[in-house]
Amino acid sequence: MNYVANPIAIAIFLAFVGFVLGISFYFARKAKSAEGYFAAGGNIHWFVNGIAFAGDYLSAASFLGICGLIATMGYDGFLYSIGYLAGWIVALFVVAEPMKRLGKFTFTDALDSKFNSKGIQLMAAISTLAVSVFYLIPQMVGAGVLVTPLLGFPHWVGVVMVGIIVITIVATAGMTSTTYVQFLKGGLLIIFSTVLSVSVLHKGLSTETRPETFVPRVIDASSVSPVATVEYKGQSFVKVDEDGIANWWIAQGDKLEEAQSKTVTSDNEVLYNGAPKGDNKFKSVGYITKLPDGQTKTGKLGIFKYFSTIQGSEIVRYPKSKIAKFDDNGNHVKVFVPEITAGSDLMIPGMKFKLKSNIGKLNFISLMLALFLGTASLPHILIRYYTVPSQRDARKSTIVAITGIGFFYVLTLFMGLGAMTLGVIDLESSNMSAPLLAKSFSIVLFSIISAIAFATVLGTVSGLIVAASGAVAHDLMANFLNIKMTDKNKVRAGKISAFAVGIIAIILGIVFKNMNVAFLVGWAFAVAASANLPSIIMLLFWKKTTAKGIAWSIGVGMISSLGIILTSPSMYTQLYHLEASAAPHMLNNPGVISIPLSFLTLVVVSLMTQKKK
Amino acid sequence: MLHEPAVKTEKDASSAWKAKLGIKLFWLYCVIYTIFVVIAVFSTQTMKKPVLAGANLAIVFGMALIIFAIILGLIYNYVCTKKEDEMNGKKEDA
Repeated sequence: MNYVANPIAIAIFLAFVGFVLGISFYFARKAKSAEGYFAAGGNIHWFVNGIAFAGDYLSAASFLGICGLIATMGYDGFLYSIGYLAGWIVALFVVAEPMKRLGKFTFTDALDSKFNSKGIQLMAAISTLAVSVFYLIPQMVGAGVLVTPLLGFPHWVGVVMVGIIVITIVATAGMTSTTYVQFLKGGLLIIFSTVLSVSVLHKGLSTETRPETFVPRVIDASSVSPVATVEYKGQSFVKVDEDGIANWWIAQGDKLEEAQSKTVTSDNEVLYNGAPKGDNKFKSVGYITKLPDGQTKTGKLGIFKYFSTIQGSEIVRYPKSKIAKFDDNGNHVKVFVPEITAGSDLMIPGMKFKLKSNIGKLNFISLMLALFLGTASLPHILIRYYTVPSQRDARKSTIVAITGIGFFYVLTLFMGLGAMTLGVIDLESSNMSAPLLAKSFSIVLFSIISAIAFATVLGTVSGLIVAASGAVAHDLMANFLNIKMTDKNKVRAGKISAFAVGIIAIILGIVFKNMNVAFLVGWAFAVAASANLPSIIMLLFWKKTTAKGIAWSIGVGMISSLGIILTSPSMYTQLYHLEASAAPHMLNNPGVISIPLSFLTLVVVSLMTQKKK
Repeated sequence: MLHEPAVKTEKDASSAWKAKLGIKLFWLYCVIYTIFVVIAVFSTQTMKKPVLAGANLAIVFGMALIIFAIILGLIYNYVCTKKEDEMNGKKEDA
C-alpha cells in the first residue's frame, strides 16, 4: 500500500513524542544514583507501577502483532492474548513477592542472592541480554511499521528514529522516566483501544465494501488476449494488459478473477498491480461475502452477537500460504490469491497452527507453554518489581497490571476481527491492521492510536534497554568482573551499555522487517521461559538447588531454545529465504523441548554438586 | 555484594502462608488452562459449539480464561492483605 503523510497525524505524533521526551528530561534529576537509574529509587506508587507494567507488556506485539494475526488468521491470533495473560498468573502467584524480597536491581540479583556465584552472575546476565535483544527485535520492527503510514517514511527510518529517541530517554533518566512514559502510554492505549472496539461494534458487519478495499473484478477469459500465462502449483495465472498496465489474473474455468500482485523487475523496479507504488493501484483487503440469513448489513451489534454473526458469515482472506511466487521473463512476481473462509472455521484454532498434523499440535502446545511460563521470566518485567516500596505493593501492582492487560486482550478480538471484515489489511504487513482500522473511522483516531502505538514501542524498548544495561553494568561489570565503580560510574556504564544495545536493536529491527511481531515475541517468551524460569522456580521451591545447577540450567535453556529457533522452518523461509523443508526439524517454537531440558539440567547438575554434610 | 533490595522491606510473617496459597491458585489456573489447550489440540471441532448467546466455546472459554485470571488475582490480593494485617499488624497502607 502507498502511504501518504497527513499533517494532523504528523502534528499529533510530534506533540506526543515531544511530551514523552519532556517527561524523560524532567525525571533526569532523579537518576543520579544507581537506585534511581535502575530501580526508580524503589518509590513508585503501586497503581502507577501496575499501569506501567501494562505499558511494558502491551508492547508492539500485543497491539500491532496480535491484532494483525487475528485480522489475518482469526482465532489463532487470540491464542496469543490468552497465553500472554495466563503468564501473569505465574508472575503473580509464584514470582512477584519472592523476586521483590530477594533482588536489588536485576533478576540476576534475585537468583544470586543465596549463592554469590560467578557462574550465576555470568549466565544470568547473558540470558538477560539475549532475551532483551530477542524482545527488542519485534519492537523495532513495529516502530518501522508505524512510521511508514504515519509520516510517509521508509521502514528503516522508523527503526532508526525509535532507536535514537529511546537511547536519549534511557541515557537521560533510566527507570523513572521509563515508568512514567509506560504509565501514560499504558493508560492511553487501553482507553483508545476501547474507543476503537466500541466503534467496531457500533458499525456492525456488512457485505458492502469500502471504496479503498480491493474487490476483484471477474471477466470472461475469452474477452481478453493474455500477455503471458504461468502455471503455479496447479493454478493458472494470466497476465492481462489494460491501458498499458499489465497485471495478473487468476484463471477460474472460463473466467478470470483479478488479483493483486507485486513484481520486482530485472532492473529492480517494484511494481504493484503492474504500476509504480505511487499510482495507488495496490489496495487493502478483507471483506465479508456472506452474512447469516441473507442479510447484507447488521447495524450495530452486541458483544456476543458480533461473534455469532461472524461465525455464520463467509470472509475473503489472503493467507500467506496461498501466495503464488514465480518468475516471468526475469521478473520476480508475487500474486496474492484470495480464499473464501467460513467464519465458523476462523473462530476456532487451526488457521495458523495446523492442528491436524502431529507437528502442528506440538508447535501449538509448545507456544502455549512458552507464553504461560515466559511472562514471569522477562527481564524488563522482573525489574519492575524493584521500583515499588514493598512486597505488598509488588503484588498490588501486578493485579492492576493483570486487570488492565486482560481487558485490553479482550479488546484485541474486536480490533482484529474489525480489521478483517472492514477491508483494512495491508497485504504486505499484517502489523498495520489496528492503526489502519482506526484510519477507517477517522484520521484523528488513527493519529492518536498511531502516536500511542509509537509510544508503546518507545516505552517497551526503553524498559528492555534499561534491563539490558543493568545486566552489563551491574551484573557483568560490577559483580562478575568485580570492577570497583562509584555509584556515578555505574550509572555511566549503564548509559554506555544502553547506547550499545540500542544500536544493536536498530540493526536487528531493519533485518527482521517482514516478520509478524507477535510471532517474534513468541520466540522471546520461549527463550525467557527456557533460560530463566526453571532457575527462578527451583530456587524458590527446591532446597537442593545449587549455584552450578542454576548456571547450567540457564545456559542449556538459552542455547537449546536459541538453537531450535535459529534452525526452525520459519527462520529458514522468512530470514534465510530458503525452503522450509530444508530446515533440520519442523518445530517453530522451542518451548516444549527447551523448557523441560532446562529443568532437567538444573535437577541433575544440582544433585551432582551437593555439598557434603 | 549488593544483593539486598533497593528499599528495605520489613519482615513479613505471612510470607510462607501467601506462598502456599499462591501455589494452590497457580495449579488451579494451570489445570483449567491445560483443559483449554487439550480441547483446542485434540478436539478442535468441539470449540465450534455455540455455548453462550450464539458465541462458540473457543471464544467463551478464551475470554473466560482472561476474566478468571483477573478474578483470581483480586481474590488473592484480598485474602493476602487480610492475612498480612492479621499476622504482621496493620503497619502498611492498605
